[in-house]
Amino acid sequence: MRVLMYGWEFPPHISGGLGTACFGLTQAMALQGQRITFVLPRTSSTGSSGSPVTLLGCDQVEAEYSRTPEEFLEKYLTIETVDSPLYPYVNQEEYTKYMEAFARGRKDREIASDIPEKTTSGEGEYGPNLLHEIRRYASVAGSIATKVQHDVLHAHDWLTIPAGIEARRASKRPLVVHIHSLEFDRSGDHVNQHVYDIERAGMEQADRIIAVSNFTKNKITRHYGINPDKITVVHNAVIKRARAHAAPAPIKCPVKTVLFLGRVTFQKGPDYFVEAAAKVLSLRKDVRFVVAGCGDMLHRMIERVTELRIGRYFHFTGFLRGNDVSRIFGKSDVYVMPSVSEPFGISPLEAIQHDVPVIVSRQSGISEAVGNIFKVNFWDVRELADRILALLTYKPLRDVMTGEAAVELNTITWEKAARRVGEVYYQLEKAG
Amino acid sequence: MVNVCFYFQVHQPHRLRNYSFFDIGESHLYHDEAANGSIVRKVAAKCYLPANRLMLDLINRHQGQFRIAYAVSGTAIEQFRKFSPETLDSFRQLAATGCVEFINETYYHSLSFLFSQTEFEDQVAMHRQLIHDEFGQWPSTFRNTELIYNNDLATCIERLGYKTIITEGADRILQWRSPNYVYRPAPCSHLKLLLKNYQLSDDIAFRFSNRGWQEHPLTADKYTKWLHSSNGAGTTINLFMDYETFGEHQWQDTGIFKFLDHLPSQVLSHPDFRFATPGEVSATVAAEGEIDVPDFISWADTERDLSAWTGNAMQKDAMEHIFSLEGAVRETRNPDLIHVWRTLQTSDHFYYMCTKWFSDGDVHKYFNPYGSPYDAYTNYNNAAKDLELSLSREQ
Repeated sequence: MRVLMYGWEFPPHISGGLGTACFGLTQAMALQGQRITFVLPRTSSTGSSGSPVTLLGCDQVEAEYSRTPEEFLEKYLTIETVDSPLYPYVNQEEYTKYMEAFARGRKDREIASDIPEKTTSGEGEYGPNLLHEIRRYASVAGSIATKVQHDVLHAHDWLTIPAGIEARRASKRPLVVHIHSLEFDRSGDHVNQHVYDIERAGMEQADRIIAVSNFTKNKITRHYGINPDKITVVHNAVIKRARAHAAPAPIKCPVKTVLFLGRVTFQKGPDYFVEAAAKVLSLRKDVRFVVAGCGDMLHRMIERVTELRIGRYFHFTGFLRGNDVSRIFGKSDVYVMPSVSEPFGISPLEAIQHDVPVIVSRQSGISEAVGNIFKVNFWDVRELADRILALLTYKPLRDVMTGEAAVELNTITWEKAARRVGEVYYQLEKAG
Repeated sequence: MVNVCFYFQVHQPHRLRNYSFFDIGESHLYHDEAANGSIVRKVAAKCYLPANRLMLDLINRHQGQFRIAYAVSGTAIEQFRKFSPETLDSFRQLAATGCVEFINETYYHSLSFLFSQTEFEDQVAMHRQLIHDEFGQWPSTFRNTELIYNNDLATCIERLGYKTIITEGADRILQWRSPNYVYRPAPCSHLKLLLKNYQLSDDIAFRFSNRGWQEHPLTADKYTKWLHSSNGAGTTINLFMDYETFGEHQWQDTGIFKFLDHLPSQVLSHPDFRFATPGEVSATVAAEGEIDVPDFISWADTERDLSAWTGNAMQKDAMEHIFSLEGAVRETRNPDLIHVWRTLQTSDHFYYMCTKWFSDGDVHKYFNPYGSPYDAYTNYNNAAKDLELSLSREQ
């Protein structure tokens, strides 16, 4: 089938889980014979997605994928870029900051476009604020639907939803809205009404919705009043990584390392990580806690660690990319994802790939998709600390959990996800 | 004459409370008395009491021709005393009919035979005494926890003076032979071996309410035809199952009690068929041949081996840990501590840690109070650590 897809960043420029998911899914879909035109925003000055990466905390970055993806892109995908500074996880404040920085540094930036692409002209300046820019992007990107042949439209998350709606109006083709994350996940009860309205309108007008988990599906029906029959759950996966069997295992020092890796924001629950760490440290001191990522709660976290007098047991690495991510997983004894609300959560799967045992919050999609991990309620810091201590203390627990998880990981593939998406398209075609 | 030989397993473990790492050295209470109480009362209401009532009625109705056997674990009896004395009374009433045999096992439903001969024999003796005290019988039939069995066990049980032993009629020990005969364990001279007919037992225990099964619904009439069709090809049909099958695993609305209600009269309508307890079968039927079982078998899962309890490194570690404390525990001569240590030997704790259940199906999940085998191991190990710590302080 011919798919016109509105998505985000692509390798080698990946700043977060959404990019990872888009890439893994489209790659598998393309290999199953879907013909995909992938539309994404990209600034003309950088040739990459506009992401000012240092402002973000991220789950996964380029290097591992950097070669094959480009070959793959050339071979199977048509890329259409629209000149725009939009990027995933952007909010108004970041957008304004970015636009200022953009204006200042426009001339200094390198031009390094390494992917063959056609660029649809931005027709003038970027929007003065985020919502204007989304609207402007929607109209430019949506118009691509009149030029590119397609049977189905597929939009990923709220930033591309207006483009998807615009495209649907233009081409009258069915629209699939794919929800990787909701305003309710990102902001808890302090939702941005504009974002919520866009999400809701998109899901109401969509012909079908794909949610990355039942956890997300339930949120969609509960908070957005969407008919559950319209929603199909397609779990994410992780791109197979060659297991480094030949390489010697990294030498683990007697001091144990517990890792938090992700944006340091309300959604990811870094505060629960810190409180659990304090409890662990009350019983043993030979543990170090690593917070890898940036975000608007970072300063608060550093303050809290100081208040608790446990600063010397903490490392704040800032945002990590590529090999540094692999390296930090390799050095870790436990990976913790204490998210308050995590639609899926691919990074625990990456931890499993590195033979690191995982603890996730039950308030996540991953907790319904994987069995061989610990699951705790994000607010239960005592239980979280208990599970961290158990993994640090009981070697058979670690061994069995990582061994069984590695086997389980083989069953969690993008091929499976792509087949499910293909079924959704097929049903739409039949109904259409 | 063909014997229909029913034996029902009655067991409740002392479940552990949520015992955190932070409790180690702080609290020595491991058991979840609230959960144990509510589970025992619930199962009593759904299964033990109505099933015992029906059994008593059937025995009376058939004037002693309906005969059955139970193995009631020591941990179950302890909990009946505490949470459901009326259940224990109803078992005593059954014992008083003279039509019910009580089978000996390890008091704590433990895997002690795998680790310690002394501990095993102690628990067998404790349970033997318990059966006598509660039901007024000295048992002559033995079954090991989860029907775990091998030649060594048979040798030991013969030496302890038992006449009959029970295990699973696993294909790999029977090969071409039928479970419907009495056998002799290979190393024994007079002990008799009764083998579970797992096909016919599981038709009731597992498949009874399965709508996907082609024989569903299973009626007493149909089932009796299957039993009667074995006439001439066997001397005993051994139907061994968890007692909780009646009302707990197979809910009342599946018709399981009606099935049971009608079964005896149907079976007895054939003059060549009668009901008999394991001890009675063993006393009246000669052994047909020898069964050699060098490696352990059990009645669990499709593998019918020990993998449900010792299949992964967590289970092995937890079991080795608990039995490694034996010397120190005995030295304390502290009955409470010894009791607590023994409750941690109950096989259920290790079953909860089984990682096979992701593929092996629902049976494990159904019985597992933990979210995952990892939670089970962590909780158990925390408690075992505390016990170890207490022992080192006692010394």
